[in-house]
Amino acid sequence: MSELNSQHLRKYPAKPKQVYLYGTCLADVLFPDSGIDAIEFLELHGVEVIYPQGQTCCGQPAYNSGYNEEAKSVALQQIAQFPLDIPIVIISGSCGGMMRHHYPSLLKDEPGVDAFCERIFEFTEFLVHVLKIKLTDKGEPEKIALHTSCAARREMGVHITGTQLIKQLDNVELVVHQQEKECCGFGGTFAVKHGDISAAMVADKSASLVAADVVKYVSADWGCMMNINGALEYQNQSLRGQHIATYLLNRTNDKAVSNKDNADER
Amino acid sequence: MSVNQYVPDNKESKYADSARAFRQNVAKDLADEQLRSNFHGAMNYLMDKRKASFPSSDELETLRQQCKLIKQRALVKLPLLLEQLENKLHENGIQVHWAETINDANEIIAQIIESKNGKNIVKGKSMVSEETALNDYLQARNMEILESDMGEYIVQLAKEHPSHIIMPAIHQNKKQVADLFAEHVKGFEYTTDVDTLIGEGRRILRDKFSRADVGITGVNFAVAETGTICLVENEGNGQMSSAVPDLHIAITGIEKVVEFLEDIPPLLSLLTRSATGQAITTYFNMITKPRKSDEKDGPEEVHLVLLDNGRSQAFADEELRQTLQCIRCGACMNHCPVYTRIGGHAYGTVYPGPIGKIISPHQLGIEATKDLPTASSLCGACGEVCPVKIPIPQILQRLRVESVKKPTGSPKELKGTGANRKTTEALTWQVWSFIHRHPNIYAVSMWFATRLRALVPNKLGAWTRVRSAPKPAAKTLHERIKLRTEEAS
Ligand code: SF4
Repeated sequence: MSELNSQHLRKYPAKPKQVYLYGTCLADVLFPDSGIDAIEFLELHGVEVIYPQGQTCCGQPAYNSGYNEEAKSVALQQIAQFPLDIPIVIISGSCGGMMRHHYPSLLKDEPGVDAFCERIFEFTEFLVHVLKIKLTDKGEPEKIALHTSCAARREMGVHITGTQLIKQLDNVELVVHQQEKECCGFGGTFAVKHGDISAAMVADKSASLVAADVVKYVSADWGCMMNINGALEYQNQSLRGQHIATYLLNRTNDKAVSNKDNADER
Repeated sequence: MSVNQYVPDNKESKYADSARAFRQNVAKDLADEQLRSNFHGAMNYLMDKRKASFPSSDELETLRQQCKLIKQRALVKLPLLLEQLENKLHENGIQVHWAETINDANEIIAQIIESKNGKNIVKGKSMVSEETALNDYLQARNMEILESDMGEYIVQLAKEHPSHIIMPAIHQNKKQVADLFAEHVKGFEYTTDVDTLIGEGRRILRDKFSRADVGITGVNFAVAETGTICLVENEGNGQMSSAVPDLHIAITGIEKVVEFLEDIPPLLSLLTRSATGQAITTYFNMITKPRKSDEKDGPEEVHLVLLDNGRSQAFADEELRQTLQCIRCGACMNHCPVYTRIGGHAYGTVYPGPIGKIISPHQLGIEATKDLPTASSLCGACGEVCPVKIPIPQILQRLRVESVKKPTGSPKELKGTGANRKTTEALTWQVWSFIHRHPNIYAVSMWFATRLRALVPNKLGAWTRVRSAPKPAAKTLHERIKLRTEEAS
């Protein structure tokens, strides 16, 4: 059954010379390698990347907690950092969903918001639909799984583009794990405010990934991966998630394969 | 769930206290392995059934859009349609009663029954009667009331409440049901065979039906155009309850009204497929009049009680009004990763799951339900399957806003606005916001976070109970990109 999602309804621009990168606050402090890898990957494919130093956070944490005013002022501050009319590539489906689908209602009466939201592209969405990328796999045969955040899946349609990219890698077998569509239990402040429910959810998610018998799972969302990897590490499992930018860079670039394998895994 | 016994003069719903105990309920029910496996199995089954009943996603989308518009059209005209419904029902000989509160509804029903000297009451499945705690009320008036839906009957035997709006006893497995029968049913020969259990239940219920003088049912749709009460069911108990006794009382919420008879087929199709994956239920009753003089069966009197109980508060707000589109199919709970794990009783409210989180604040106030809107990862599974496209995650976010904002005392405010506002949390977000809109201050704080990474505690409250703590990187992405640009130039 083909599922309709926001990607089907979207008009994509031609390949640009330049893009902005939105790194997200989580990648900034905890997982910067994935930001660097995304930049390297885009550059290798002929796109110049601008990273505005004034960017901080999309505002989602406050927004999800019901503090709209606090989220609003932060959101407006982000918009101001991206003045050029070029795509903004974001390495998180969840923050992408916030900026593309929630800014319009949060910033209802602010000028220029819709045009800004139109420029937001999740990383894998950008690779598939705008760069129309063709990947050459240079890695050894392996089995991996994919995890997409719920916002990435339901708001951005990232599970489709993520899958398409991995399927381009000849030596990689993508294993569909049992609870693939279900939430990992992160949900931002939910994981803290309702820690026991979140714990039950991440227990099932990590068990499902472990049962898939893969060497790693990839994702474009550090929120979920911080949650799932944290649980896996706590359970002494060797399985970890890796950002899809790092993974694609490693698989397609001879140089990167050896020295980058442990990027951002913690 | 520990729901207090009904106290007649207590104006507050008995569900208010059990909703307040949400966190304790969750802790208890999460620890119950049997319960979790009962729910997990049942929800997986229902999800598969639903999926199989919608082979074409295009058809599903078209139908959802159509039904959303039907319900929205009905809600836009709600006051008008309710008036039209009342007039039509009167014309048809059905008596209409308006109840603002649950106590009003219960009292109206008790008085109707007393006026007819009713003694033996059978009840078809009705969540609104659960909402008003009608059984407790009538029993306190010395009336005997028997649930005739199999699931409701089991729940009644167990002195519990429905844990699911479509499958009231879904939290019980067959062994638990057999034990209940063994304890309560005279002459029951112990078995865990499902068909025998159902047969046994039916036998008891048939006997009661034949002696019942009052039947109470819910309503799935009330058609304003024709004054028709529609009842969707699988067991025939709705039909028995509404046709066998001399007195039939139907109770429903004011949002169940639809405009035209032709609105019903698409709604019905979507309801049954979303709920149980059935193309149509075994019974679909359309009730228009009491028994006519030349008819052999049917009740002599039919009453419809229309309940508000907070619905008009939702109605008054354009965004929250969408809550009233609900056709009570239960799909949102079947697909909810939180519901699947904690089960229906943990919510403490009459309606559990995602719909319960967004309807209960209007019924019980934000204070009693303050833990509900936050108990969601906002994963969106509910909104994705809701047949009438209620944007449940968006409404949850809105209710979070209402529960933490400073109350102004305006009469337009929701009951309990600001009940979850904590000064420290409010301050935290103000500081957070300040840092994140000042890139220089942000950079300094992130610099500290990364340089002091060794000091980040390995224990972070709820987070590290089942996870390792994340550690800041040695340098932030901002810094690394700065360095990278400098190296390049
Ligand atoms: S909110 Fe939607 S999915 Fe949930 S019970 Fe109501 S109609 Fe069904």
